[in-house]
Amino acid sequence: MLPDLGKYSDTVLSAYGASLALLGLLVVLTLWRGTRVRREMDALEQRMRKDG
Amino acid sequence: MSIWEYANPRKFLHSSERVMPYLWVSSGVLMAVGLIWGFFFTPDDYRQGSTVKIIFLHVPAALMAINAWFMMLVASLIWVIRRHHVSALAAKAAAPVGIVMTLIALATGAIWGQPMWGTWWAWDPRLTSFLVLFLFYLGYIALWEAIDNPDTAADLTAILCLVGTVFAVLSRYAVNFWNQGLHQGASLSLDEKENVADAFSNPLYVCMVGFGLFFLAMVFYRTGTEIRARRIKALLARQRQEA
Amino acid sequence: MIALLLRDLRLAVRAGGGFGLGLAFFLIVTVMVPFSVGPESELLARIAPGVLWLGALLSCLLSLDRLLALDWEDGSLDLLATAPLPLEAVVSIKALAHWITTGLPLVLAAPVLGILLNLPLEGFRWVVISLFLGTPALSVIGTFGAALTVGLKRGGLLLSLLVMPLYVPTLIFGAEVARRGAMGMGVETPVLMLAGISAAVIALMPFASAAVLRINLR
Repeated sequence: MLPDLGKYSDTVLSAYGASLALLGLLVVLTLWRGTRVRREMDALEQRMRKDG
Repeated sequence: MSIWEYANPRKFLHSSERVMPYLWVSSGVLMAVGLIWGFFFTPDDYRQGSTVKIIFLHVPAALMAINAWFMMLVASLIWVIRRHHVSALAAKAAAPVGIVMTLIALATGAIWGQPMWGTWWAWDPRLTSFLVLFLFYLGYIALWEAIDNPDTAADLTAILCLVGTVFAVLSRYAVNFWNQGLHQGASLSLDEKENVADAFSNPLYVCMVGFGLFFLAMVFYRTGTEIRARRIKALLARQRQEA
Repeated sequence: MIALLLRDLRLAVRAGGGFGLGLAFFLIVTVMVPFSVGPESELLARIAPGVLWLGALLSCLLSLDRLLALDWEDGSLDLLATAPLPLEAVVSIKALAHWITTGLPLVLAAPVLGILLNLPLEGFRWVVISLFLGTPALSVIGTFGAALTVGLKRGGLLLSLLVMPLYVPTLIFGAEVARRGAMGMGVETPVLMLAGISAAVIALMPFASAAVLRINLR
């Protein structure tokens, strides 16, 4: 499956691994905080509307 | 209809929600296509072997690291001049994306440099100025975190961004003067001779566009989050006042 | 303006040690260097200009948080902001007072500490000249950092984080002058660059500092 990377396979794979891990971390943290804040705001607006 | 309509937070949230799916999909597809193309279907370089494949991460990340700061500069200027809150929040939202891009550029560069230059790190002008850029991002984010009042934080970070830009450019020249580098010149330029070969440049362009769209998607999403967080703060303050 | 400068100077000298402390810190850092890198005099001679510059930069940095904090706490900063004197002038005076109480003593002490580090004879002149040209820039940039963090409870660490990257160009050219001077090489270019940076920073930075201070006083 993997192309033949020759003697540099560790180098290339670790570069791709590290970058994708960093990008993934950024996306996960962003989505996690985003959904939490959105839920919090919706709940708060609902409550305020009920209270008048 | 002017662009300033999107300065209204509600309007921004509404339209960004509509654009967002396209952005996510297009950036995901382009990044996947570019990286898979680059990883599986490019030949090895005759000198660098398979390590050239790192270019498809290294160059787009470096590009976006600088452009993210530039976007923060423009957003800060808009905030300082026209006082649109969305603009200030967009600058805040972009900073963590920029710092991750800087980290990727530094990390892939170090991993690439190890076999090619025989060292993880050298105090080369390009490397050093990226490290300095990283420090600027750190300071900018830390200042946002440190200040409670959101308007004060927006003002102070905007000025820090302006002053920081001047000093970052100055550092770039100072560092150039201070040490001659190992790093090669620009990978893509209009001068044909300097350019990397076509086999590499086509997937590279795809990756660059993909990274750019990814940056846009992240900034739109994170700006939405910041707007909501600000609204929560305002609602809670109002609630306390009424109670 | 002169009254304000005299007041700041008097306060710095009188109010419990702000004055001598930076100098003592400079001495301590310099003395610690041989302990950490070893006592070979050739090595020390080679790194002496850089060490002196780094020591000067650090002692400058550590004295920054007192620059505006005291006036902020007792409210005299609010008074100064409403005074007829423009805030740009106020921060310039503050930076000048900081330089006279911190930067200038560092410049004068550097040759003495150079002896400890076995600085080559040709180096003394250029270390002093480069510090004399560079430390005003450090004070003025530092004033900007102090103005940014003046309202914060624990601004000290943040202040260092913000100011350090801004010090990079000054440090590079300043240390380059000292290094080349010590090695007996031509120093015209870095000297001009260093002087240019100092002049530009002194001229422009007070506007940024005053803007930041106005935001913080709001």
